[in-house]
Amino acid sequence: MRRLARGQTGLLLTQMLVIALFATLIGRMWYLQVPMAEHYRALAEAGHTEALIVPATRGHILDSVGRSMVGNRTELVISADYHQLLAQDDGGEAVLGRLAKVLDTPPEELRKRTRLCSPEVSRPCWQGSPYQPIPLAEDVEPRVALQIKERQEDFPGISAEQQAVRHHVRGRDAVQTLGYLQPITADELEEREDLRVRFSGVDRVGRDGLEAVYDEQLRGTAGVRRYAVNNMGEVTGVASETSSEPGMHLVTHMDARVQGIVEDALARGMENARKEGEPADAAASVVLDVRTGGVVAMASLPNYDPSVWKGGVDQDTYQNLLSEEAGKPLVSRALKGEFPPASTFKAASLSAAVEDGASLNGRYSCPSSITVGGRSFQNYEGDAHGSLSLHKAIVVSCNTVFYQLGYDMWREDGGIDPVDDPEDAMANMAKAYGFGAPTGVDLPHEAAGRVPDREWKQEYWEAGREDSCERAKNGYPEVREEDPGHAAYLKKAAEEFCVDGYTWRAGDAVNFSIGQGDVLVTPLQLARAYAAIADDGTLRTPQLGKAFVSADGKQVKRIEPGETEKLPIEEKTLEYLQSALADVPEEGTGRYAFEGFPLDEVPVAGKTGTASLLGRKESAWFASYAPADDPQYAVVVLISQGGTGGVASAPVAREIYDGIYGFETPDRSGGDSEDGESGEDGEDGEDGTESGPAVPNGAPPEELPTVQPDGSVQPPDGYRK
Amino acid sequence: MTATTRFPSTPWRNRTRWLVGAVPRRIDWTLVLSVAALSAIGVLLVWAATSGTGDPRDATGHARSQLVHIAIGALVCVAVAAVDYRLPSAYAPVIYAVAVIGLALVLTPLGEVINGSRSWLVIGGFQAQPGEVAKVGLVLGLAMLLGEPRAGEHRPTTRDVLFSLVALAVPLALIMAQPDLGTALVLVAVYMGMLALSGAPARWVVGLLVCGVLAMAAVWWSGLLKDYQIARFTSFVDPAADPRGTGYNANQAKIAVGSGGFNGTGLFQGEHTSGRFVPEQHTDFIFTVAGEELGFIGGTVIIVLLALVIWRVLRIAAECSQPYGRLVCIGVATWLCFQSFINIGMTLGIMPITGLPLPFVSYGGTATIAHLAAIGLVLGIHSRARGFD
Repeated sequence: MRRLARGQTGLLLTQMLVIALFATLIGRMWYLQVPMAEHYRALAEAGHTEALIVPATRGHILDSVGRSMVGNRTELVISADYHQLLAQDDGGEAVLGRLAKVLDTPPEELRKRTRLCSPEVSRPCWQGSPYQPIPLAEDVEPRVALQIKERQEDFPGISAEQQAVRHHVRGRDAVQTLGYLQPITADELEEREDLRVRFSGVDRVGRDGLEAVYDEQLRGTAGVRRYAVNNMGEVTGVASETSSEPGMHLVTHMDARVQGIVEDALARGMENARKEGEPADAAASVVLDVRTGGVVAMASLPNYDPSVWKGGVDQDTYQNLLSEEAGKPLVSRALKGEFPPASTFKAASLSAAVEDGASLNGRYSCPSSITVGGRSFQNYEGDAHGSLSLHKAIVVSCNTVFYQLGYDMWREDGGIDPVDDPEDAMANMAKAYGFGAPTGVDLPHEAAGRVPDREWKQEYWEAGREDSCERAKNGYPEVREEDPGHAAYLKKAAEEFCVDGYTWRAGDAVNFSIGQGDVLVTPLQLARAYAAIADDGTLRTPQLGKAFVSADGKQVKRIEPGETEKLPIEEKTLEYLQSALADVPEEGTGRYAFEGFPLDEVPVAGKTGTASLLGRKESAWFASYAPADDPQYAVVVLISQGGTGGVASAPVAREIYDGIYGFETPDRSGGDSEDGESGEDGEDGEDGTESGPAVPNGAPPEELPTVQPDGSVQPPDGYRK
Repeated sequence: MTATTRFPSTPWRNRTRWLVGAVPRRIDWTLVLSVAALSAIGVLLVWAATSGTGDPRDATGHARSQLVHIAIGALVCVAVAAVDYRLPSAYAPVIYAVAVIGLALVLTPLGEVINGSRSWLVIGGFQAQPGEVAKVGLVLGLAMLLGEPRAGEHRPTTRDVLFSLVALAVPLALIMAQPDLGTALVLVAVYMGMLALSGAPARWVVGLLVCGVLAMAAVWWSGLLKDYQIARFTSFVDPAADPRGTGYNANQAKIAVGSGGFNGTGLFQGEHTSGRFVPEQHTDFIFTVAGEELGFIGGTVIIVLLALVIWRVLRIAAECSQPYGRLVCIGVATWLCFQSFINIGMTLGIMPITGLPLPFVSYGGTATIAHLAAIGLVLGIHSRARGFD
């Protein structure tokens, strides 16, 4: 019995052990399947599907009338399916060999491009997902694509598809303003978490201009097709699909025809300046709608052919776009070019002086020069005009009147030994005109310009003191060999700067009064300032974007205008200034340019400027607005190292007004026919054939163009495309 | 029995009686039905595991093969149950010998290497795993050596234990030579279970247990194990260490089971299963299919059915008055319990991965037949447990 009992005890223990083991299994299974189920479901989901990004059709960039400035064009792209190639016995070697023959590329190149990038495999290789088609040739001839499509059995895993590429409808026009697209970089993906979800290896992102600022709206929402895959990575079906939503069209304040006119006029202006022997290395122009702050046209020369961006730019081309030799065509001078405003700045000087107490109706003497702080400051070309009103001083652009005004304001602030709380009337007025700070335009990387004041001078001195004191001691031996006089001048300047370079001197104030010395503005800032003078002192934020319209036209979203400010000027001062500026084209420094222009029909108000920068030739400005009695447009033209404002830039502005209002432009090219470099884009030709005013009724449309359900764009009532 | 009424007194009838006459006397229906249910579930799971993403009706090959395996196994089961177990010397040594010869042949050119171990015997298009036969052979052999006390003794003596050790060592050595770690562990577990409950001297039981642990440690440190076997163990400790390599199975198995949740995705609906992310999901990893498609409920049903089978086998052991019969039952219970626990445990990530099928459920010819034959032994013992008639 004892033996049996022992056996029974053992069996009992065994049964308990069995129950314990199986209970353990059930407990573990409960843990995996109940509290942890979601975790494992997520893991499973991640492993079962692979996403294919289906990029959305990017929205167009339209002008205010509905003309396309940037659109999409389809081109044929040959691409390879990674998995299909891999599944072939030779890993796709034979197929790629045949394809190389058709595409006329080395087979080795194609083989490398179909590898997946990894730390061990560097370019050329495919950076995107293996589920994304790998593009092997872009913009191929239809003949090549047909060969591949018709002999699909010879090219398993290779497809020829149409792909949308960005198309600048107007060629080089406004190329810097419109911007460009480039493939997104790995760094950008890292930086922006939300991008990772919406981008694939093939996607492009707006990198400059409007394409960058409104990238999100233009881009739309990419569709995601989730393929179910098995453990070999083979696609077994479509698990889910969200369709792509096309991007919104961006309606801008721009006018493609005016832009074309501006580009042509600028090019001609540069050409003419060069004929006069000036370097004329660059030029820029801005046309603003003074009533809204809308940017009607914005051009910068030299420009470039936007097709360089297609398929991703290579390093050499990119460097060339930024090089001095090529004239930095990538950089918009309208937005980033900083030049002394010269005499165009006198509008601000007059405002400052009058608001600071100078008499609006007084007489001011205009000698050929005045001496301030031991230095002589000349009038332009040494002219003297006797006693003048401020009105006349603007019209004839008398420097000495403004020197004196600037000097007086400086002395009021205590001169070299300033009072505790100086007025700084000039600097403050310049800032009130929007100088020295970005305008807030909807474009990236805007330059701020510079308004020199006491604070700036102090900082500047602190930054440069060490270097100057060194020079004060040792001089400029490298300059002395060639020009001992200049070397001595530089040494003296260094000595002065070393000792008290922080002081706001009389010379600084005097130079500042005529927009010279250390003050720098951009063409956009100057256009904005003149638009403010035109629009009764309302300083607006320039804006390119006007509205977004969905691809089907059903949704329309206006872009809110930016902030506005009021110039701190009394109305009668402003009116006085307006009337003075209106006489410049009629009888002042703009007379030459506006010869024959029907000023009685469309009066133009403006100011010339001739800016000097050390070591460079004079740059030509013309800042203006029209019609002077009921302003609509502000036009600013700058030709870098182009000569005097009245001769080089004012005629360009006049040509722009001619185009806008449909007037005849006199031929200034010295008998040469007009089939020169302008209009080389070909597509400008269609503007050229159109006659009459570029803008009907001389005003941009208030209404938006409408997008029809079929995708076509109708201009607003009363306007033609 | 209609046959008996139709042919009242013929010699044929007598032969039939000898063969099946004792069978209907006592049948453990709980055991039979549990095994039948597990086999049925197994066929469905094998079907689901092998149907892929297409229409399940297009991929019934494995499921039909498994039905054939079960049919053969059922016949073997009935036959084994019919033979009087009290004639151990009549066939136990034969089975044991067949198993050992099979294991030896595996190491000759007749053997086939599958999944890193030479455990398959291929003769004329037929494949068999002698390792599975060895499990039955060892159970019978040990039961004979430990369950048939010598004259004057009523429990195994030291000599019996030494003989039994030899009986274990021969197939164990052959299996380690394949190498098939899983089967070897089952043999050791079966031996320990049977020895412990055989009434053998306690010093032997404890001593061998200690020796076994020491031997395992020695094997581990001496480098006798293959790299992949070590990798399986290390990746068991930390599956995330190498998710694409050896930890892959363990990870994918857990994902499959975990993603099934409480209710499961439904048969043929599991994405992890249809995507074939878990290797060997119709054989060793069949439980992942149950976990994903049948959920916690289905998994629990399988575990409870297996527990029922083992419980019934142990009950039959307790009821059996013959030490030999009792030890056969204990051997079978240890085998099924150990193998079920290791198999399900590895799919749930609590046991290392060893190539062992889940009894009655996994796809496989030899294994299915061997498991059903083992049940046949137990049923035969049950029907005669109350002594001689």
